[in-house]
Amino acid sequence: MTFRDWRRRALSSVMIGLSMAAVLAALIPVALILFFVLAKGIGSINWAFFTHMPAPVGEVGGGMANAILGSLTMVGLGALIAVPLGVIAGIYLSEFHGSTFASVVRFSADTLNGVPSIVIGVFVYAIFVLPVKHFSALAGGAALGVMMLPVITRTTEELLRLVPMALREGAYALGATRSRAMFTVVLPAALPGILTGIILALARTAGETAPLLFTSLNNQFWSTSLNKPMASLTVQVYTYATSPSEDWHRQAWAGALVLVMIVLVCSLAARFATRRLERMHTGH
Amino acid sequence: MKITVEHLNFYYGAKKALTDISIEMKANEVTAFIGPSGCGKSTFLRTLNRMNDIIPGARVEGSVKIDGADLYASGTDAVLLRRKVGMVFQKSNPFPKSIFENVAYGLRINGMAKGRELAEQVEASLKAAALWEEVKDRLHDPAMALSGGQQQRLCIARALAVRPEVLLMDEPASALDPIATQRIEELIYVLKKDYTIVIVTHNMQQAARVSDATAFFWMGKLIEFGPTPSMFTGPREKLTEDYITGRFG
Ligand SMILES: Nc1ncnc2c1ncn2[C@@H]1O[C@H](COP(=O)(O)OP(=O)(O)OP(=O)(O)O)[C@@H](O)[C@H]1O
Ligand SMILES: [Mg+2]
Repeated sequence: MTFRDWRRRALSSVMIGLSMAAVLAALIPVALILFFVLAKGIGSINWAFFTHMPAPVGEVGGGMANAILGSLTMVGLGALIAVPLGVIAGIYLSEFHGSTFASVVRFSADTLNGVPSIVIGVFVYAIFVLPVKHFSALAGGAALGVMMLPVITRTTEELLRLVPMALREGAYALGATRSRAMFTVVLPAALPGILTGIILALARTAGETAPLLFTSLNNQFWSTSLNKPMASLTVQVYTYATSPSEDWHRQAWAGALVLVMIVLVCSLAARFATRRLERMHTGH
Repeated sequence: MKITVEHLNFYYGAKKALTDISIEMKANEVTAFIGPSGCGKSTFLRTLNRMNDIIPGARVEGSVKIDGADLYASGTDAVLLRRKVGMVFQKSNPFPKSIFENVAYGLRINGMAKGRELAEQVEASLKAAALWEEVKDRLHDPAMALSGGQQQRLCIARALAVRPEVLLMDEPASALDPIATQRIEELIYVLKKDYTIVIVTHNMQQAARVSDATAFFWMGKLIEFGPTPSMFTGPREKLTEDYITGRFG
């Protein structure tokens, strides 16, 4: 083996080692978080946690039924606003990406994406809460929707633009109009990625606390009214975690675990739902 | 004459890609375009179904007529035109859908068939493209699972399904092995009974084998055009002779 060969192999090994180290470094926080949440939370997870209301102060036990329902409701509300708006805006940005208006929209979306979530909470508080003088699930959902919107818009745009021009031309060559080609070929081709992006956006906002503190606040009782304050897992975890009660601390860990599980299940469901579409891309 | 082109100039923005092209192509004949890489064969082919419309800054001068109707007249609808003038691309581009859905696509969007009739027409198109026997048991598998040659024949089936009058083929066999190439050539021979075919090819033997007329392009100009046998046995132009004997290009 010549020196050149030796050097090349050594360099290759070093690079592989470095990238593996980087992957490990990136995985350690994730693994630690999962481990801690699981270890601390699993002991307090039981049937009652999902079906019971929070116990009154001083009493042990109880659950987070209302907070689980509240989180799902408000993330759902947010998605109801942000998914259609974001996808349509993303389609516009990709179809007319060179236009001035598109640049303005893109810049606004990126700016909105960088706005701290607490500022979004205050903003929704000012326009949704102050005028009616009470907190509401609707305001909470709106705040989460505003958080999801730019992510969904930009993900949709980027993924649509990754679809090869050749596919579009294939559709045109068969007599498809521009919008026909968009909705029957380009969008389906990008759909697995877009759905994954949407799920990530939902998961990220499901973990938000700050925008909810100003909008949906919290609720100790079972409430399904969108016009009243609503409990959420994140606010409940925050409240319990900052309290002095040992039992509440345990409940907070359990709440965190449920939150992580919801996100995980949603991601897996999205994977599963897009499998057929992905199969059409890869051929197997 | 099926296709008549007169004094066609084509520009990509400020860059002129085709200069003063005039040519006539007959119905139920195969016309081959040959010429060195970058001479404008694809560009010219794409002016015949207005596929260049979607390129920003592209501009056409002169006239292209199919059955006497000017493609670039203000009243012409490019979408309707492309239904009449089908295209098979240099690189096969099946949609990320099933084999069946690929062929059904044009029929569906043009509202040409549904239900049993759709299935029958998909079958007929796959048979016409000599692919049916290989895929009939896996119509709902992804098109991407097919081999390169099968994918190209799928794209031909997809184009045939909407029953165009003209079929434009941009180097349909450039990425295929000799056997797959031969199948496509046999196919072209059969198809010309029903279609007017224009084919771009880099392969001289292929042009000689499949075409009735041959056009030689060089640097955006049409240098020579005539019946294939006389082009290959006694070209009028020195450039043509040099190219087909392999002295350049
Ligand atoms: N979208 C485009 N924008 C600008 N110039 C282009 C574009 N497409 C092609 N051209 C240029 O136009 C000329 C003709 O290109 P064309 O693709 O028609 O050549 P061709 O004969 O098909 O070549 P090949 O045999 O390599 O496919 C080339 O100089 C090419 O660089
Ligand atoms: Mg070409």
